[in-house]
Amino acid sequence: MTHVVAAAGTVGRPALNITIFAFFVLVSLAIAVSAAGNNRTTTDYYAGGHAFSGRQNGIAIGGDYLSAASFLGIAGLIALDGYDGFLYSIGFLAGWLVVLMLVAGPLRNTGRYTTADVLDLRLRAVPVRAAAAVSTLTVSLFYLLAQMAGAGALVSLLLGVRNAAGQDATVAAVGLLMIFYVLVGGMKGTTWVQIVKASLLAVGAAVTTVWVLAKAGFSLSALLGHAAAASPAGLAVLGPGLLYGVSTASKFNFISLSLALVLGVAGLPHVLMRLYTVPDAAQARRSVVWAICLVGAFYLCTLVLGYGAMWLVGAKQIEAAPGKENSAVPLLAFHLGGTVLLGVIAAVAFATILAVVAGLTITASASFAHDVYAGVLRRGEADPASEVRVARITAVVIGAVAVIGGIFAKDIDVAFLVALAFAVAASANLPSILYSFFWPRFTARGALWSIYGGLISAVGLIIFSPVVSGNAGGLGGAGPSLISDPHIDFAFFPLDNPGIVSIPLAFFLGWLGSVTDPQPADPVRFARMQVRALTGVGAERSSRG
Amino acid sequence: MSLSQDSSRGNASGYEIVYASREFRTLRRRLGSFVVPVTVLFLGWYFLYVLTATFAPGFMRISVFGHINAGLCFGATQFVAVFAVTIGYRRWARRNLDPMSQRLRQRLESGRNR
Repeated sequence: MTHVVAAAGTVGRPALNITIFAFFVLVSLAIAVSAAGNNRTTTDYYAGGHAFSGRQNGIAIGGDYLSAASFLGIAGLIALDGYDGFLYSIGFLAGWLVVLMLVAGPLRNTGRYTTADVLDLRLRAVPVRAAAAVSTLTVSLFYLLAQMAGAGALVSLLLGVRNAAGQDATVAAVGLLMIFYVLVGGMKGTTWVQIVKASLLAVGAAVTTVWVLAKAGFSLSALLGHAAAASPAGLAVLGPGLLYGVSTASKFNFISLSLALVLGVAGLPHVLMRLYTVPDAAQARRSVVWAICLVGAFYLCTLVLGYGAMWLVGAKQIEAAPGKENSAVPLLAFHLGGTVLLGVIAAVAFATILAVVAGLTITASASFAHDVYAGVLRRGEADPASEVRVARITAVVIGAVAVIGGIFAKDIDVAFLVALAFAVAASANLPSILYSFFWPRFTARGALWSIYGGLISAVGLIIFSPVVSGNAGGLGGAGPSLISDPHIDFAFFPLDNPGIVSIPLAFFLGWLGSVTDPQPADPVRFARMQVRALTGVGAERSSRG
Repeated sequence: MSLSQDSSRGNASGYEIVYASREFRTLRRRLGSFVVPVTVLFLGWYFLYVLTATFAPGFMRISVFGHINAGLCFGATQFVAVFAVTIGYRRWARRNLDPMSQRLRQRLESGRNR
């Protein structure tokens, strides 16, 4: 184990890695500062003045969405477990069609900054706004923890930081940087950081993919053959089942995961909030088209990268490296292009984490300031300057929470934590968004039941699942439980991912709460909602126009 | 400007008139007749893939060409389906949705400015 670490550490030269890192950080800071401009109004701070084009925003969405979980996690899963990692990436991509066809246009037409705006337009109920804010904050924090955990593992691999204190210091440094981006750059600065990062990521992934393919004589079949020959599992890595096929529980776990992935994208608050940075619904749709192209092409690359790492690096070396599967791509880069490519790929991965973390922070701070402070506490009477001030303070608080959480969560698998965030998003957010747009009988009580029911059931089932206790051996995909003591076992829900139960339950509760509501839905509000959602009348446009 | 803050009954009635109009109904019907079947078909195709991978892994291992097996091809069709639906929806919405929703929007906005 130490041998491999030393190999990656000494040959990879931490000094060079740190130099490349520092260069990327400085460049992105300069971008954030110069792009920030004037961030005094809420529209500037939350939505970049609605002034980005569809293409810019689509690339930024790609930058926001392709987190460390995608770049490092999925390729790593493929490198170790073969085909089952590929299944993950298809779920992450497929969910975008729900965003494209059902959510993007209506959302942009009916909200200003947050998804709670949409529910508020439809239902005009302060408790619903509060509920939407609670679920937005929960999902964002889940996602944030995953990214911070990834940052610690990545940096320990690349900078040769091996002791716990050094890792904690790096997590804290990531937190500080992200707070700086968000405070200075607002949504505009964050967006530009994401655009730059997405471009770097696309180039880095494409170059490495072509390199791997070239080594295999540009034959995918040959690449797969080499990979299978190098793997201890042999040809089994080319088919499904290594990760999720081991037992009935793990099979249903996989179905639950797939459901959460395909329905979770359209409930992710930091993705949805990006749709407000463009002038109108047509541009929002265009953003999603760009995002789908970028994300889809990227996941095709991860297939090659994953099997390439299996072939060229080997499962043994990946397992032994700090960060395990998350280090497969950096190790592959080192194998192919030596120190320099390793440094570049590592810096791209680091930029990825920073950009995603900044996007999540601005979403969470907007949700607190716009929904909780201005919407609930001040009943919509807050002036924009104080709202932005509250958003900035919230960003600092969220940064601190993320640093502390990240220090505790650093040993948990990144892709897995993200999948849990998807499950919570699909359960707590998606049903009420869809009902608001398309179901005339939806009421405030239905929204409350659906949001809190989805949130509580998803989080509750995670707490009583093998994720938290009772799986000391680490069977069935997710690795050992958080509570590793085998004597403590309060898990009664057999699956790691709650989606298969909590998502249908949230849809059902939304229906039940609405049809049994003594106060029936107001048809006038539904008419207004649908007309606005489909025509864009009354939507807030670019501050420039 | 005042549109985003409206809550009075008088403003809502403009929306109701549009909502009840034949053109808006056509718009809704068009949207539904594309989005609903395509979403159902696509999700069906996705879950067929997921279930096949889970319960029929043997099928996924059938070789198609060299080391490229049925599972990889089936997975590739998911990518193709996502790209095809994306491109198809974009073209369809531009041709069939946008002109109509723009007309309705202009009508509502001019009616309000009188």
